[in-house]
Amino acid sequence: MSTPENNGKKPEKNGEDGGPTPARIKGAPQRGGPGGPMAGAMPTEKAMHFKESSLRLLRMMRPERATASLALLLGVVSVTLSVVGPKILGHATNLIFGGVIGKLSPAGLTRDEAIATARATGNDTIADVMTTVDFTPGQGIDFGEVGRVLLIVLALFVLSSAAMLWQGRLTTTIVQRTAYRLREQAETKLARLPLGYFDKQPRGEILSRTTNDIDNISQTLQQALSQLVISLLTIVGVLLMMILISPLLALIAVITVPVSLWVTVIIGKRAQPQFLKQWGTTGKLNGHIEEMFTGHALVKVFGRQKEASATFAEHNEDLFQAAFKAQFISGIIQPAMMFIGNVNYVLVAVIGGLRVASGTMSLGDVQAFIQYSRQFSQPITQVASMANLLQSGVASAERVFDLLDSEEQSPEPAEPLTPADTVGRVAFEHVSFRYEEDKPLIDDLSLSVEPGHTVAIVGPTGAGKTTLVNLLMRFYEVRGGRITLDGVDIAAMTREDLRARTGMVLQDTWLFGGTIAQNIVYGVGEVSEERMLEAARATHVDHFVRTLPDGYDTIIDEEGSNLSAGEKQLITIARAFLTEPTILVLDEATSSVDTRTEVLIQRAMTELRSGRTSFVIAHRLSTIRDADLILVMENGSIVEQGDHEGLLEAGGAYARLYAAQFAEAVVGVD
Amino acid sequence: MSSPATREVTLTRAQKNGGPPGEPPPSKGDGRTLLRLLRVYLRPYRKPILWLVGLQLVSTIAMLYLPTLNADIIDNGVVKGDTSHIMRLGGIMLAITLVQILASVGAVYYAARTAMAVGRDVRAGIFDHVQSFSVREVGQFGAPSLITRTTNDVQQVQMLVFLAFILLVSAPVMAFGGVIMAVGVDAPLSGLLLIVVPILIASVALIVRRMGPLFRSMQVRIDEVNRVMREQITGIRVIRAFVRDDYEQKRFAGANTELMGVSVGVGRLMAWMFPTVMLVMNVSSVAVMWFGAHRIAGGGMEIGSLTAFLAYLMQILMSVMMATFVLIMLPRAQVSAGRIQEVLDTRTSLTLDPDPVTALPEHGQLEFRSVDFRYPGAAEPVLCGIDLVAHPGQTTAIIGSTGSGKTTLLNLIPRLFDVTAGEVLVDGVDVRRLSPETLSSVVGLVPQKPYLFSGTIASNLRYGNPAATDEDLWRALEVAQAADFVRAKDEGLEAPIGQGGTNVSGGQRQRLAIARMLVAEPEIYLFDDSFSALDYATDAALRAALARETGDATVVIVAQRVSTIRNADRIVVLDEGRVVGTGTHDELMEGNETYREIVLSQHSEQEAA
Repeated sequence: MSTPENNGKKPEKNGEDGGPTPARIKGAPQRGGPGGPMAGAMPTEKAMHFKESSLRLLRMMRPERATASLALLLGVVSVTLSVVGPKILGHATNLIFGGVIGKLSPAGLTRDEAIATARATGNDTIADVMTTVDFTPGQGIDFGEVGRVLLIVLALFVLSSAAMLWQGRLTTTIVQRTAYRLREQAETKLARLPLGYFDKQPRGEILSRTTNDIDNISQTLQQALSQLVISLLTIVGVLLMMILISPLLALIAVITVPVSLWVTVIIGKRAQPQFLKQWGTTGKLNGHIEEMFTGHALVKVFGRQKEASATFAEHNEDLFQAAFKAQFISGIIQPAMMFIGNVNYVLVAVIGGLRVASGTMSLGDVQAFIQYSRQFSQPITQVASMANLLQSGVASAERVFDLLDSEEQSPEPAEPLTPADTVGRVAFEHVSFRYEEDKPLIDDLSLSVEPGHTVAIVGPTGAGKTTLVNLLMRFYEVRGGRITLDGVDIAAMTREDLRARTGMVLQDTWLFGGTIAQNIVYGVGEVSEERMLEAARATHVDHFVRTLPDGYDTIIDEEGSNLSAGEKQLITIARAFLTEPTILVLDEATSSVDTRTEVLIQRAMTELRSGRTSFVIAHRLSTIRDADLILVMENGSIVEQGDHEGLLEAGGAYARLYAAQFAEAVVGVD
Repeated sequence: MSSPATREVTLTRAQKNGGPPGEPPPSKGDGRTLLRLLRVYLRPYRKPILWLVGLQLVSTIAMLYLPTLNADIIDNGVVKGDTSHIMRLGGIMLAITLVQILASVGAVYYAARTAMAVGRDVRAGIFDHVQSFSVREVGQFGAPSLITRTTNDVQQVQMLVFLAFILLVSAPVMAFGGVIMAVGVDAPLSGLLLIVVPILIASVALIVRRMGPLFRSMQVRIDEVNRVMREQITGIRVIRAFVRDDYEQKRFAGANTELMGVSVGVGRLMAWMFPTVMLVMNVSSVAVMWFGAHRIAGGGMEIGSLTAFLAYLMQILMSVMMATFVLIMLPRAQVSAGRIQEVLDTRTSLTLDPDPVTALPEHGQLEFRSVDFRYPGAAEPVLCGIDLVAHPGQTTAIIGSTGSGKTTLLNLIPRLFDVTAGEVLVDGVDVRRLSPETLSSVVGLVPQKPYLFSGTIASNLRYGNPAATDEDLWRALEVAQAADFVRAKDEGLEAPIGQGGTNVSGGQRQRLAIARMLVAEPEIYLFDDSFSALDYATDAALRAALARETGDATVVIVAQRVSTIRNADRIVVLDEGRVVGTGTHDELMEGNETYREIVLSQHSEQEAA
């Protein structure tokens, strides 16, 4: 039961708003066609390569071949049994009818004599009717026979339902296993993608492919595999039975098929633009609501409530118009189908009645036929409505496949090297790099760092400070030159080996949903409690954790909002501390941090740095002053390097930067 | 750890983050809430609803009449061999079918129109109500939650109304009429209904009831999978840096397996639905044949009635089933209605003066008189006994650690909150007595998290002053140190801005927000830590330009960086909601311990001096 809202804002809606995503009722009975009250609310997203993608999707289910075959077999069995039912029930009607006629006819005559008598008395039509049934004059309904027939029908119906139930359960298993595999593949794929992929694709977009799209696929498969198969089989089965009973009446029923399809398509075509409009205006309206609520304070401060309400009212009215028309037009399909069904019913009743009257058809058959024609129209509407669903499901599959087919990061070297003795000597040799082909960022950068030294990197935003570190961690691969760790080219090492020797504290404090303790030991997995506590104490985490009611077992919620920014940063420092890296990468926070916590962070970072080669993306002067080497970066290259004193004396970029921080007067307030 | 003490700790922590974390517990959302909501919002549509019910009635009765005619064809046409009777009744049946479709198309028209109109009205009701909220009420719910309530929750209710109009309105008529017709056809046989209908309801209800908890636990699993996935995407650098891919894969596999387990459970339960309904219907038609045969043998019933009775039975069972399906949606709609009603029932803490002041005597004098602010029910006030005056032409800076109440203090001026005691005065007039238009023209604020609206740079800059010329905008951009990067864009002022301003960097966003306030030309400038994302050089250049621009306006700056506020005319030091010191930098360095502590945490002694 998807709503336009859900589809309109796919990436964000996925729990990012904190509110629970509405449960989608998987495999919920799909009523009506695209005209069902809810169906069609989602504009069809056309798949680009429908055939290839759906085949690939089917191939994904290959491991379930055996189960799928069994499910298909059960579907055939169930449909056959349920299709035969009315025919046999019609036989019971005939038996009853025969009893009625028999009772009316004088006893002692044979059947033919009774018919002849009827004809003789001028009741030709009745005689004709009598020829269509089996009866023994004078004898009433043969309940033994009727009971036997009904028991058979009962057994058929029970078996049919049982087979359908089993089929449904198997289908669910197949679909859910396939969805599981898809999710698994998507997740493992994420681990193999280069970081550049995550920079280029919006986060919500990737998330949407791995969650919403896979959800959509599993729902489509569920519907397609259960209902589509059953519907198609039913259409074939019912048609066969109808032809068997009366080819003439069957012809009437068959004519309704193209008529129904035609009506569905015609109405659907008219509804589609309205649905598109509804979708568009829903997006606009929701966007406006999001902005006005998120920017509520600004609307107030700038006194723009009236304009906000006016824009809202306009979008709201547009949405009403589009939604009303879309629902109305598509809502007509249901009555239209019913109308066609009823016309068919009337025709069958009339023509059937005439045929019974003329003696060419039995009453039981007419009754059976009426039941069949009712069974006939429903699956047709079902199949017609499935087209949209399949389109959207396959479009989702394409997006997931697109992710699965994305280029992976370069493979690990076949024979990886590893530094014999890790002391932490790092060298950049003529390194060049660019994120985008036509925008060189780092060009011919060389640099060498002694073990245990602290390198502070300063410079304006976009100067390439973070890039330098990204290259060192091999989040990105250098385009030219090389980076060595203790004499070994890091590209010749496995990423795992390299990263195991490096520790990182990022400005963006990433904590996952779990306890504080789990987050601290994240980098090492299993570790004794003492060591965890030791790290926590060394990095000043211990103190504030003890003020929390649950201590180390405090659950950090998704956004980590129950901890302050500074506290989160401390936890990430403790996390890096525990891994005992040779090389340390620190990105100091610029965000507002409690002044006291800031002191603690400084101390923790200093503690962490001792004895390790450290790269610090610096924002604070104290770090810069103590650094063994200060790199001043501008536009991707190092414009100055040296220590604090030396650089100040040089009076270059660093000196200017330094002055700006302390003496605003210099800039000319006065 | 003693529990009372820790409880207090968590309480204050929650307040620091601007209100209780998360959203308030969902209201019960029972049937009464839904009815209350609908009673209010359906009232204007009484007439169309009457039409709708009338049309549904006609359509249903027409539907119900068809099997009777069919029985008539069999009994009086087929059995008696009267072909003209068959043709005549066939004609009548066609006519009735035509009436039926016209009536139901009309019903769909009114249903769609009314349901969508109700949706529109409820949305507008919420939106306008939220507009009247103070930041406190918005914070209480959280903007995301309010958004979901205005969009998804309304959608739920609207869909339920529509389905109810289409299916639920005709269901009782269909069921009731079906029963009457069935009884009319053959009363004793109708006794079967007493058995079959309850069995159908019971079996469907049994499945549906078990479905509820399963769906909920499936939702939990889906959320869990999505959460792990989102964490892996956002934390990709950390995961790779710590080489934790294997661990993450296991974690995901766990969540994935659990989701599959529950989904299979749900699917298997759903698989019962259709076969069960089919079985009940099929078995009852067999029963009708068996008992009907006895009635016919006894002479109490005609053969044609058997077919008619079967048709009625199916119609009754179908309508019962449809009604059950609508009822499945009911719990969700009820929860949604509860969430909507909760917003509508929340009173804004801002009151408007019936006779507001629209003209101010002076220009930008700002004064706090023993101001208190506390969240309702909170043990500790956020602000307590604040007294301070900010004069035109001067810069007043406010500094203090996180949670000391700086932002709250600032927000009291444009009435994002209202004081709980004391007064905030602009030019001697209590802000609560000012008309909203006057207040917003006098006070300008750059919030801590700069937010831009979707549109263009120009449309954002003109937000507070739609009449501003392009020159005005450029001048503001120059002051805000934003002119360079705007000029560098191909479209310049017309460069598009995405929702929330996500397509410009944090520092650029901050500078645009500053420029936006400058364009509005207020008399009181409020900066809430608005320079944090700027590097030191830009920060300094901006403040220098700003000092020239603001001239004789009143400037209040909240900051974390000492360097940002060092040159302020007056610095106010806040600690735990109280003013603990006022003076210039040098004065405070001299005699204020808290201030010294803050300064020293950022600079070494010698630099600070």
